[in-house]
Amino acid sequence: MSLAASSRPPILRIAVSRDDLMMRLGVVLFAVVLLVIVGLPLWSLLAKGFEDRDGKFVGLANYVSYFSTPALFDSALNSLHVSAVCTLIVVPLAFFYAYALTRTVLPVRWLFQGISLIPIFAPSLLPGLALVYLFGNQGFFKGLIGGSIYGFDGIVIAQIFYCFPHATLILVTALATADARLYEAADALGASKLRVFCTVTLPGAKYGLISAALVVFTMVMTDFGIAKVIGGNFNVLATDVYKQVIGQQNFSMGAVVGMVLLAPAALAFLVDRVVQRKQVALLTARAVPLIPKPKLGRDLFFTGFCTVVSVGILAILGMAAWGSLIKYWPYNLSLTLANYNFTNFDASGWDSYFNSVEMAIGAAVFGTVLMFVGAWLNEKTREFFFMRGVVQFLAFLPMAVPGLVLGLGYIFFFNAPNNPLNFLYATLAILVINTVAHFYTVGHLTATTALKQIDPEFESVSASLKVPVWRTFARVTAPICLPAILDIAIYLFVNAMTTVSSVIFLYAPDTKLASVAAVNIEEAGTTAAAAALCIVIVITSAAVKALHVLADRFLLGRLQAWRRR
Amino acid sequence: MSHLEVRNLSKRYGDFTALDDISLNIAEGEFVCFLGPSGCGKTTLLRAIAGLDPQSSGTIHQKGRDISALPPSKRDFGIVFQSYALFPNLTVVDNVGYGLVSRREGKAAIGQRVNELLTLVGLPDAGPKYPAQLSGGQQQRVALARALATSPGLLLLDEPLSALDARVRLRLRHEIKALQRTLGVTTIMVTHDQEEALTMADRIVVMNQGAIEQVGTPQEIYRRPATAFVADFVGSMNFLAGTLLAPDKVKVDGRTFDCPVQDGLSPGSKVALCIRPEDVRVRDLPADIANRVAVEVTELDFVGAFCRATLKVQDTQDVAMTADFSSNLIRDLGVELGRKLDVALPPDRLRVFAA
Repeated sequence: MSLAASSRPPILRIAVSRDDLMMRLGVVLFAVVLLVIVGLPLWSLLAKGFEDRDGKFVGLANYVSYFSTPALFDSALNSLHVSAVCTLIVVPLAFFYAYALTRTVLPVRWLFQGISLIPIFAPSLLPGLALVYLFGNQGFFKGLIGGSIYGFDGIVIAQIFYCFPHATLILVTALATADARLYEAADALGASKLRVFCTVTLPGAKYGLISAALVVFTMVMTDFGIAKVIGGNFNVLATDVYKQVIGQQNFSMGAVVGMVLLAPAALAFLVDRVVQRKQVALLTARAVPLIPKPKLGRDLFFTGFCTVVSVGILAILGMAAWGSLIKYWPYNLSLTLANYNFTNFDASGWDSYFNSVEMAIGAAVFGTVLMFVGAWLNEKTREFFFMRGVVQFLAFLPMAVPGLVLGLGYIFFFNAPNNPLNFLYATLAILVINTVAHFYTVGHLTATTALKQIDPEFESVSASLKVPVWRTFARVTAPICLPAILDIAIYLFVNAMTTVSSVIFLYAPDTKLASVAAVNIEEAGTTAAAAALCIVIVITSAAVKALHVLADRFLLGRLQAWRRR
Repeated sequence: MSHLEVRNLSKRYGDFTALDDISLNIAEGEFVCFLGPSGCGKTTLLRAIAGLDPQSSGTIHQKGRDISALPPSKRDFGIVFQSYALFPNLTVVDNVGYGLVSRREGKAAIGQRVNELLTLVGLPDAGPKYPAQLSGGQQQRVALARALATSPGLLLLDEPLSALDARVRLRLRHEIKALQRTLGVTTIMVTHDQEEALTMADRIVVMNQGAIEQVGTPQEIYRRPATAFVADFVGSMNFLAGTLLAPDKVKVDGRTFDCPVQDGLSPGSKVALCIRPEDVRVRDLPADIANRVAVEVTELDFVGAFCRATLKVQDTQDVAMTADFSSNLIRDLGVELGRKLDVALPPDRLRVFAA
C-alpha cells in the first residue's frame, strides 16, 4: 500500500436509520409504480412501432411506409401548421388579458378571471359543437363566412377557446410577481411608458410567455376532440392515430403516428424545462408587490378588451348550452330537455355520466394520495440520489406524452396476454390509473412546490427529538400542505371529467365515460345530445371547483386557524 | 472528562474542502461558540456533529461513545435553527411536547414537563397559541424549550439569534447564557457575530476556510489572537507593515518599535505590527515612554460613545492607524482635524504576525 493512499482516511459510510430505510423502500416501490403506469406502457408503444400486424419485428418498415405515404405525412404538417397559428393568436390574447387582470384596475376583476377559466371545465369537443351550431352546414351565421367552418378555421377558433385559460393562468402568474420598486425606479429615471413596458414588464414575463407558447403549441398538437368534431377533411396527427387504431385496427401504424405525435410534445417539454431552469426568482423577499393604481384611459380600454373576450367565451359556452336545449336545429327552435335523455342516443345512457363521476372521484382520491406521498418520499429521503433521480424522471415523463399516445401504450401493455396485470383491462380501474398517469406531472409538481416551501429543518428537528418521520408527515407536513392537496384533487377530478384523448382506447361498454359518449354521440350525428352531455360535464366540474373555492375560504379558514396572526 | 471529541474531521464536496482535518474537545457543561465568516465551515461542522450532513472522514465521540456513523435519530442532541423550524400548525404546547409524546410518557407527565419548560424560557402563558401569533424572540424561546424538552446531553444552536432585531438579540443573549448555566447542558452555538461569541461563550473556536484558526476563551481570542485572521476578524485592529529587526524590535517605515519577544519569526522577515484602536495611548505620556510617535489627526468619525480617529504618523509615507478617543479626551485635549499630537503604542499591547 502506498503512503499517499494510506494517508487519506477511508470515506465514512453513515449507518442507515430505520426511517431512512423505510423511506428508501418507499422510493423504490414508488418508482416501480411509476414504471408500471408510465414507463412500461410507453415502452410497449415504442416496441409496437417496429412490429408488423402479426407482431413480427420489421425494423423501421412502418416508419418508412409512414413517411412515404403523403396522406399520413401531410397530417403531421397540418398539425404543425395549426399549432403554430393557434400559438401566435392565443399567446398575445392571453397576455393582454392577464395584463388586464394583474396590472390594471378592472371593475369586476373576479368575474373576468372566473370567465376566463370556464373552458377548463369543458371537454375539448364543446367549442367544436358550438361552432357547428354557429357556422356549420345549418349554422346561424353560415352566410357570414365564405367557405365551410369544417377544417383549419374551425379548429383554430375552437382551439383558441380551449387553450385560452391555460395560457392566461401561466401569464397571470408571471405578471403577478412584479417588484413595484423596479417601476418606481424606471419612473424616477424618466423612462417612457413604452420603454418601461419593453424593459421591465416584458422581460419579467419572458419565461411565462415562453412557457405559455409551449403549452398552447403542445395542447393544439395533441388535442383530439376538436379536430374530431370540426376538423372535417383536414387531417391532423391526433385524428390519424384514432383512425388507424379504431377505424383500421392497424395498431402498428397507430403506434408510429403516436411516436410522431410524441416528438414535438416531448421537444416542447424539454425546451420548457431548460427555460424554467434559467429562471431565477424575480421576487426576492424584500420586493414590494406591485398594486395597480387606477388610470381611466387604460382601465377603460382593458375593461373593453376583457369584455369582448369574455363575451366570446360565454357565447361559445352559451351556444352549446342553448343548442342542447333545442328540439330540432334549426327548424324547430322550441326548448326541450329531450336531448338530456341520453338513453335515446347512446346505449350507455346516463351510466356514462356516473362512470365519469366515479372515475373522477377514484382518480382524485387515489391520484392525490399517490402524488403527494410520492413527492414527499422523493423530496425528503436522504441521499439515495440515483433512485430519486429515476423517480423524478418518471414523474416528469407524462407531461411530455400526449394522452392519445399514453392511452395507446396502455392498450399494448395491459392488453398483452402475458401481462399479469391483464385483469385490469376493460375495467374502471384502468381508466383511473390511466388518468392519474396522464395528469401525473402537474400534481407531482404542485406537491413538490408545496413541500419545498416548508422549512427543510422539520425533519432534522424530528430526528433530534427521536420522532419517526411518518409521524411528522401525518402531524405536520400533510396538514400544512392541505390546500395543495385539495388543489391536486380538484385538478384530477376536473381533468378526469373532461379528458377524452387518453381514455378513448380504454373503455369497455360498461365503463364508457361521458366525454367518450359525447364523441360517439356526435359521431352518430346527434349534435344536440353531444352538447347536452358536454354541458352536464361542465356543470359537474365547475360545481366541484366552486365547492373547492368555498371550502378554501370557509372550511380551511376554520381548520387552519394557525395561519392567522 | 470531555463531552465531545472531534478527531480529524474532514468534509469534501467533490474538489471543495468544507472541513479540513478538524480536531476539537468540548468539556462537559461547556458553552462553545463556532465563530467565523460565512462559508468558513462552522455550520457544516455543527451539522456533522448532529449527523445531518455527515463528514467524509474522521470520528466524533460523545461521552466516549463513537457516534461518527450514527444517523441523527440515534444521537443525543437538541437543536435550534435560525429559522426556528417551529411546526406552524401545532400550538406552543404541542411543539414543546413533540419529542415527549413519542417517548410514551403519561399525558399528565408531559403536560407538567411542558409547563416547566415554558416557565423556564419565560413564556408560561404562551401554551395555547400558535407560532404565528408569537414574536420572533418568543418563537426562538419556544424552539429552545422544544430542543431542551427531551433533556439532551448536547444543545446545538445554529445562528439562533441572527433573524432577530438588535434589541431582542441583546436580551436573548443573556437569557440563553443564564439558562445554559442553570441547566449545565453542554452547548455549541454557531455564529458570525463576534460580539455574540465574546459575550456568551466559555470558549470560542474561530474558523476560516474550513479550518480552525484558534481555540480559546473570549479574553484570549481578543487579547492574544493567534493569527492575523483572528486579529482582524475579532474586534478592530491596525495592521502596520514592517520588518522584524530583532526578536523584540520591528521597523515600520524607518521607525523602530519595541514589541514582545517573537520566537517563531526570524529577524529580517516581513511582518505586520498590530495594535487595537483602544490601546493607542494619548494621555499623560511619560517622557521616556516606549514607542512614542508624533501623529496628525486626518479623520475623525463620531461613533456615539467615542470617536474613531485616523492618525497619520509624521515623517512617514503613509503609515496611518485608527485610535478610539473618548468624548472626554477629545474635549480635554482639544482634538480636532489637523491637530498634531504625540501617542504611544504600549509594547505589551502590540502583536506581531508574519506578513
